[in-house]
Amino acid sequence: MTTATAPASKDGAQVELQRRMLRQMLLIRRFEEKAAESYALGKIGGFCHLYIGQEAVAVGSLAALRDDDYVISSYREHGQALARGIPATAVMAELFGKATGCSKGKGGSMHLFDASKRFMGGHGIVGGHIPLAAGLGFAIRYRGGDQVCLCFFGEAAVNIGAFHEALNMASVYKLPVIFCCENNHYGMGTAFDRVAAVTDVVEHACSYDMAAELVNGMDVSAVYEATQRAVRRARSGGHPTLLEVRTYRFMGHSMSDPLHGVYRTKEEVEEQKKRDPISHLVLALKEEGVLDDAALEGLDQEARAVVEEAVKFAEASPDPDPSELGTHVLAD
Amino acid sequence: MATMVYMEALSPTMEEGRLVKWLKQEGDAVKVGDALAEVETDKAVMELTARADGVLRQVSVAAGETVPVGHVVAAILAPGEGVGEGPPAARPPTVTAGNEKRETRNVAAGAPVPVGVAAAAEAARVKASPLARRIANETGVDLKLLQGSGPGGRVIKRDLERAAALASAPAATAPAAEPFPVSRFPSPERPYEDVPLTQIRKTIAKRLVTSLGPIPHYFLTTEVDMERAAEAREALNRQLGEQGKLSFNDIIIKTTALALTKHRACNAWFQEDHIRYWNEVHLGMAVAVEDGLITPVIRNADRKSLAEIGREARALAEQARSRRLQPADYTGATFSVSNLGMFDIDQFTAVINPPEAGILAVGSIVPKPVGVDDRVAVRRRMRVTLSCDHRVIDGATGAAFLQTLKQMLENPLAMLL
Amino acid sequence: MPTLTYRDALTQALREEMQRDTNVFLMGEEVGLYQGAYKVSRGLLEEFGPMRVVDTPIAELGFAGLGVGAAMAGLRPVIEFMTWNFAVLALDQIVNSAAKILYESGGQIPIPIVFRGPNGAALQLAAQHSQAWEAWLAHIPGLKVVAPATPADAKGLLKSAIRDNNPVIVLEGEMLYNTKGEVPDGEYLVPIGKADVKRDGRDVTLLCHSKTVTTALKAAELLAGQEGVSAEVLDLRSLRPLDEAAILASLRKTNRAVVVEEGWPHCGIGAQVVDLIQRDAFDHLDAPVLRVTQADVPLPYNKQLERLAKPSPDKVVAAVRRVLYLD
Repeated sequence: MTTATAPASKDGAQVELQRRMLRQMLLIRRFEEKAAESYALGKIGGFCHLYIGQEAVAVGSLAALRDDDYVISSYREHGQALARGIPATAVMAELFGKATGCSKGKGGSMHLFDASKRFMGGHGIVGGHIPLAAGLGFAIRYRGGDQVCLCFFGEAAVNIGAFHEALNMASVYKLPVIFCCENNHYGMGTAFDRVAAVTDVVEHACSYDMAAELVNGMDVSAVYEATQRAVRRARSGGHPTLLEVRTYRFMGHSMSDPLHGVYRTKEEVEEQKKRDPISHLVLALKEEGVLDDAALEGLDQEARAVVEEAVKFAEASPDPDPSELGTHVLAD
Repeated sequence: MATMVYMEALSPTMEEGRLVKWLKQEGDAVKVGDALAEVETDKAVMELTARADGVLRQVSVAAGETVPVGHVVAAILAPGEGVGEGPPAARPPTVTAGNEKRETRNVAAGAPVPVGVAAAAEAARVKASPLARRIANETGVDLKLLQGSGPGGRVIKRDLERAAALASAPAATAPAAEPFPVSRFPSPERPYEDVPLTQIRKTIAKRLVTSLGPIPHYFLTTEVDMERAAEAREALNRQLGEQGKLSFNDIIIKTTALALTKHRACNAWFQEDHIRYWNEVHLGMAVAVEDGLITPVIRNADRKSLAEIGREARALAEQARSRRLQPADYTGATFSVSNLGMFDIDQFTAVINPPEAGILAVGSIVPKPVGVDDRVAVRRRMRVTLSCDHRVIDGATGAAFLQTLKQMLENPLAMLL
Repeated sequence: MPTLTYRDALTQALREEMQRDTNVFLMGEEVGLYQGAYKVSRGLLEEFGPMRVVDTPIAELGFAGLGVGAAMAGLRPVIEFMTWNFAVLALDQIVNSAAKILYESGGQIPIPIVFRGPNGAALQLAAQHSQAWEAWLAHIPGLKVVAPATPADAKGLLKSAIRDNNPVIVLEGEMLYNTKGEVPDGEYLVPIGKADVKRDGRDVTLLCHSKTVTTALKAAELLAGQEGVSAEVLDLRSLRPLDEAAILASLRKTNRAVVVEEGWPHCGIGAQVVDLIQRDAFDHLDAPVLRVTQADVPLPYNKQLERLAKPSPDKVVAAVRRVLYLD
């Protein structure tokens, strides 16, 4: 288990990939900021879990996937949804609860789905979707394909039974699943080391005889490369991997949770912000000479424009028809 | 499109019906509402009416035959149509459908709604099963007038079935007595003949068993001097002339009703855990019919004039004999009167008609020598016997009522007190 | 028509459906090498191989969730719980995943999965191994719940369940596996959502399902012989959806009903049936609807106590007498 960092590279394709990843991270960052604002204005209701600070994890890992791979996540999945290619309009409309949302307004922030992108949700029970990921991996193996399933969850889910049962079966049945643990150190208001006997999540892998890697989640290229290794392992022989990706969320657990004061200090948050993954990538690209301030500004404006359009779209969209209350309870 | 004609449930308790007579024949044109046949139910003779326009065909039940409710008896077809050409015929009606049809029929026939029904709405809440309520509603029966045998006095379906059955007193107000009957035994090729019980016999039998058995009867007899009543009647009839004759029975009914208003304790019903004292007087009047007897009710007899009572009694008797009484006509009596005077019966004891608590048996009016002041005189005398349910009417109470009745009959003006 | 045990009818259904559609696979504890804890999957591993007959670790939540995930990708899993008592552990996956994903996704992802296993009490298995879960599961929109009582219904309903594109709960019974009955050959499907009159009658309707169908039929025999009462036995077969039309039609005929169920009384299946009857057949009721249920206690081990706790034909007869006002 090593901590991976990305070497500098001047390869054209590589640069293009990094620019794409920057664009995606900016989109997610601006989207989430706008979501926070909309929530505060009452346009988004219920729970809203923001991804600000963790963008590199979704962007870096999803960049290593094919279109025919499966993706499944917890309820903090706006970043994953956008990185997977679900249009910002559809995501924002879903947060607003409109009929044009990717789940037709019936799922909300925690249940974003897009079957055409094999984005299998958005799940609200901590760890509840990890066995689902094993099932998706099982289907891949059953059909003899070489797709993989990338599953995101937080470090707090490692303590729940479903995690254990799913990883054990993934190993026993040799399922092509990449278990990507986004360790942002806090399960809601509880620091991981207060409730976990073993705080290095990668250590759990040996219980399942599973490959594992510890990754710097603030470095998008590191995430990308670690995921590539896990993908290769899965496609050839169906071996699962446990990735522990260390990251940090700059906002509270959800919109109802304060940034700091209760379970973490303002100083800590400020200190972590210095490790902002977007800044990290921008710096790297500038050092390589492939990005300047003007270009960055341009990219940022692009991101903001997309987000603005998404909000306008969401606001203009209709609510679901009342008759939709009773639809899709059962399939035909 | 073919419309099947079914034996319908024409009374709440009917399970089978005897087709007495076809009023329309195979091939006759019929319209909705036409009477197709006469059907004997367990209570009366009712009409089976057409529910479609067309031609009557496929008559499959002959006069005299008995079939169960729901059995197909004929079909009404469009002219030139055969059965099976149209869409499948409707299923036979369920009991529900039968009830709905009966309700329609009752309304169409303009069946009299008992006066008590309107008052029922204001009366204290009656406990009844939803089914019993619905049947009562559809047949125009006042739930208030029924004795409930369910828990807590709940009226249930079988109470409606029982209430609709006949009274069990052997008596009649037949017209002129027959001449001395000659033997009617057929030539004895067989020592006996088994005759199946008709519907009316079955119901009488069922009812009798629930009366004389469980109810603790006792009997009070008194002899009433009818001289003044007879004189008053003759005078009234002279006055009325062609407008109508009053009978002794009419007078007895009126007097009994008035006497009951002064003795509410005898105008009551025994219910499982309480006694219902009636503030209205509805008199049941036993009537002999061809094969048994039935007790039509004169409602609010205390408030009706003698003439009204006379008219009503005659009309009800006629309807009873032609088996055309509706359930509303023979349920709900608070007290009954039975008169065998026509048959020269001196006195007899009648069986109480539950849930009532009393019944008056009236004997014939006979001239007799009796003591008046210190001499013997011939006076017209009549014996009446009051049967009482001892659970409701004690000896002294019954005797007091009888005394009032006697006083009113012996001195008719006393009725006006 | 051949006579099969309930168990063999289930095996036949599984085999036929696995032959018909390669997306169908069976997963659960001991289903493969052991031939099934109750031998329902006997012979299937040999015929279909370990990818399609999958032995699992003891991890109900895990393999139930794995099944749901596989269904999300378009496979048609049959997940066997050794008994439904253990399925409590898997309720999060049944209720929060299987029942809800179609709705949450706005109709994008159906879950064509079957969860099956023996339900309810057997003999002296004590409290934790004797529970009847109908009421819990029938409560959830997004699920279908069936409870076959006879071998023919077992085959027909399991086949229908596997072909249904929704999560279907199939509640079997250890005490039913050895019962025998005629089972039509070949493609025999019983539609989900349809009850079945197991015995015609006029005076009272006995509403029952699974093991209580036998109880009700025995009671009907006693009633016919001893009391001259003609009882109609209506086997619900389907608990969600309930065959409301059949229940109401029978009620309109008889005007009286007794529900016989093996769950506990409070908020049990019978409560739903009674609600339906009083709401939609109010004017046809001549008596309140009574329920014969398991006693409101955890089931005891002792044989006599256990018998006291369970529904029985005598208890049904007593209830029928009450609704007929025979007492």
